[in-house]
Amino acid sequence: MIQKVRTHPSQNEALLFERSSPGKRAWQLPELDVPAIDAAEALGAANVRAEIPGFPEVSEVEAIRHFTRLSTWNYAIDHGMYPLGSCTMKYNPRINELVARIEGLAWAHPYQPESLAQGAMEVMARLEAALAEITGMDAVTLQPAAGAHGELTGILLIRALLEKRGNPRQKILIPDSAHGTNPATAAIAGYTVENVKSTDAGVLDLEALARAAGSDVAALMVTNPNTLGVFENNIAQAADILHAKGAMLYMDGANMNALVGIARPGDFGVDVMHLNLHKTFSTPHGGGGPGAGPVAVKKALEPFLPTPRLKRMRGKWAWDFNRKRSIGRVRAFYGNFGVLVRALAYILAHGGPGLRNATVDAVLNAVYIRKRLEPFFDLPYPSPNMHEVVFSDDRQAKLGVRTGDLAKRLIDYGFHPYTVSFPMIVHGALMIEPTETESKLELDQFIDAMISIAKEVETDPDLVKHAPHSTRTSRVDEVAAARKPVLRWKPA
Amino acid sequence: MRYLPKSDSERRQMLDACGAASAEDLFAHLPEAVRLRRPLDLAPGISEYEIVDYFRARAAENANGYASFLGAGVYRHYRPVLVDAVVSRGEFLTSYTPYQAEISQGTLTAIFEFQTMICQLTGMDVANASMYDGSTAVPEAAMMAARITSRHRVLAARTVHPEYREVLRTYARHQGMPVEEFGYAKDSGAIDLEDLDRKIDGQTAAVIVQSPNFFGVIDDVKSAAEIAHRHGALLVMVFTEAVSLGILEPPAGADIVAGELQSFAISPSYGGPYAGIVATRDQFVRQMPGRLVGQTADTHGNRAFCLTLSTREQHIRREKATSNICTNQALIALMATVFMTVYGKEGLRQLALQNLAKAHYLAGRLPSVFSGKCFNEFVVRAENPESVNKALLKKKIIGGLPLGRFYPELADSMLVCATEMTRRADMDALHTTLRTPASSEVLA
Amino acid sequence: MYPENFRYSKEHEWVLVEGGIGTIGITDHAQQELGDIVYVDLPKPGTRVEQGRSLGSVESVKAVSDVYAPVSGEVTEINPALADAPEKLNADPHGAAWLVKIRLSAPDELPQLMSAADYQTYIGAEK
Repeated sequence: MIQKVRTHPSQNEALLFERSSPGKRAWQLPELDVPAIDAAEALGAANVRAEIPGFPEVSEVEAIRHFTRLSTWNYAIDHGMYPLGSCTMKYNPRINELVARIEGLAWAHPYQPESLAQGAMEVMARLEAALAEITGMDAVTLQPAAGAHGELTGILLIRALLEKRGNPRQKILIPDSAHGTNPATAAIAGYTVENVKSTDAGVLDLEALARAAGSDVAALMVTNPNTLGVFENNIAQAADILHAKGAMLYMDGANMNALVGIARPGDFGVDVMHLNLHKTFSTPHGGGGPGAGPVAVKKALEPFLPTPRLKRMRGKWAWDFNRKRSIGRVRAFYGNFGVLVRALAYILAHGGPGLRNATVDAVLNAVYIRKRLEPFFDLPYPSPNMHEVVFSDDRQAKLGVRTGDLAKRLIDYGFHPYTVSFPMIVHGALMIEPTETESKLELDQFIDAMISIAKEVETDPDLVKHAPHSTRTSRVDEVAAARKPVLRWKPA
Repeated sequence: MRYLPKSDSERRQMLDACGAASAEDLFAHLPEAVRLRRPLDLAPGISEYEIVDYFRARAAENANGYASFLGAGVYRHYRPVLVDAVVSRGEFLTSYTPYQAEISQGTLTAIFEFQTMICQLTGMDVANASMYDGSTAVPEAAMMAARITSRHRVLAARTVHPEYREVLRTYARHQGMPVEEFGYAKDSGAIDLEDLDRKIDGQTAAVIVQSPNFFGVIDDVKSAAEIAHRHGALLVMVFTEAVSLGILEPPAGADIVAGELQSFAISPSYGGPYAGIVATRDQFVRQMPGRLVGQTADTHGNRAFCLTLSTREQHIRREKATSNICTNQALIALMATVFMTVYGKEGLRQLALQNLAKAHYLAGRLPSVFSGKCFNEFVVRAENPESVNKALLKKKIIGGLPLGRFYPELADSMLVCATEMTRRADMDALHTTLRTPASSEVLA
Repeated sequence: MYPENFRYSKEHEWVLVEGGIGTIGITDHAQQELGDIVYVDLPKPGTRVEQGRSLGSVESVKAVSDVYAPVSGEVTEINPALADAPEKLNADPHGAAWLVKIRLSAPDELPQLMSAADYQTYIGAEK
């Protein structure tokens, strides 16, 4: 790989291994207050490793410079809007970071005596209660580590209940607009997947559902609003159809940002759902995680929830491990507690009325974007949208420019791209979700950028097709990366 | 509300642009039957100061200022100050998954370095960009072995962390993947190789062992691997104490490594978030779960990084994906990356040696149950572990983990851990309390 | 463009039969639709394949496509060139970048497939 020299050292930062030299160090340990030990004696000579070949050796100054320079190559919410559909890239409140680091919470060991963990347990109990109220469900588990993990938990819960009733059944129905984690999850839970087509309006086809909902169907997994940002108006009827056949309704809560305080899934027939705390509840994405995927259920599924569960005993919190019907654990310990703290801080900051106001602003922002961009981009599904809107690149594709190109050109205007080519039911999709934490100024800048790009497609399509032009790194060769994967650094 | 950057007049302007008379109009298309027509039953929003107060009060209700001898999969190690300095930068904290390579090179480069360091530590050829934690990395590794061998049975050592085995069972239950266990030798605390040999057969996809194991004993992974390979099965090596790799020879004969990185500057944080990894040999890379970052070049020939081999993943392969994982633990992995950078080649070794020295000092004074060589935790005999711990609490010391809840045959034992943060005075106090007959220390 | 002596399937595979052995590949139309090919996943020699069932897959950066057996039989050979150079499939899908050879088990399946002319009509109609 040729490494070209750029003008500023921060743009030309090498890898840690290339900056290392023997003897440089960023660490210092205190003197031992016990006798030192000979490793070979203590472990057996065969068990002692020679050294860690190639591991970095840099000073503290080089370390901080290295990561700081790397950080300047990233876009982030702190820079500007991420219009990514169904990702809900809202502001990550800094107070969350502070409270998660308070020593008594950050250093709590999951096995410390319950009498010395009451604060942590209270935080979890309070969050469970808040999420139950928000979703209109009866019980919540905070164990799952992310949305996909929550989905798996939810489907396993359904399986457990159906097994108890005598037949776990074989199939899960999934709309053709669903997120990829849905079918992948169904497969891990031992179910086969059957797609259900949407109507021309982009919502669940009740007739198709009724036809597909046979006695071998365990559940329908649905996202509401769906991945077009459209509310599934027939969801209550869909629930009825499923329940009449002894099947259940699972809701993927990725789009809850359109519903908090407005409508509750528990009120429209959902039996089990997951939430994404790193979406709706503002916990930071951190470049790809961590998240948390709590699962909320109706009473009938409560006995099957993962073990242990919080219970109140003699005025204190305790962990209840005695749960014979539980599906077991989906992970060690209790959940991504550090993420849970952040989500609770977010809920406390907003409060009930505040959460509803956030939803209203989220929807207002998305509808505003739709209205202002409709003259320029094809809108395949004209139904009212909620917190996100999906256009298609049909108009631009006629001139040879696709959604991926438009997205890359958006980078030159200072924005992160929207979600490209998803959902798959829209050809050449542009999926845009602003969230409520964008100002009118930011939205107008985004809208102006999109309109400008639409015009560029007509006057200078190559400018768009070869974008971005203003970034440190231009388009990367993903083909070479996949053909001959180089997945680690090696010394020359 | 301070996170909603619109004034009422701006809202009004926007509603007008939308042709809506009021905000309620935006929701008019929803069926009335689904509408929540009462306020959420949650207290009104509070100020920053009150939020801090609330969590400080909760923190005060947890242990504060206690010495601790707990390990068992979660370890107290010093967190270098650089770790939070780096991950608190908004460019790392508030960035998204690096799907758009041009504006994510910071995250991608750091992950590439992470993948490299995990390979260097574990002796494997390729490592992924993180799993949720060690406990879920284990079933992911098992499912990977099943795909590779086209077999379905899994044999797990009883010395693998008990909660990890529970998670494995939950995942395996519906995949037609029977999980069986093999035991440990009562004298050494290491795996019972004969038991393994008896139970393994031509349908075993994976043999799963942990080292150092749950009892802290350094296990004979090499021999387990030989038995596994003789029967055409893969050897999955699990680790929960990453610092051990600073001094311990990486697992010889392992085909897949599934591990937990919490020891690398990840706060114990009452159980999460942590970061797991799966690492393996080159030939198995296409069966790996999780995100992978690869090196490539941009259109000007500059070195660049991008997510690659994405066709394994859920967003493309859907129901045939190698895993359903989407969000991983990127920021946590970054903490580990900074930790590994700060300690580096020599520092991690010295850190491991200090852990060894502290544990050795402690073990020298306590009745060990097992004869096997240990790293920084081990099992001690304690006639009544619960009352020993009660006595210790009075001295503001949290004792070891009573093992009866996981191993009924070890109800008279506890698992104790000493790290570089454990003070000699506290180890002496533990020694005194354990040697004193329990009855004289315990008050009802 | 489309060799006369090949037979074509609706899933865009071709087969050339010579003396009971069928050489199978994907069509030029298929490789165009896929874009730059990064990986080819083929079955081991000895594997039995069934007409209409997947025998492997072809991957681009952003998509995976199953390759369906146009006829049934047993795999005798797989193309060794594709492991190191999957891009050959873009360059020469009808020649050097054949995928597998199979010994046909049901030669009467052949007439069900399309001729070159029919296939060209078929892909013309698909657009």
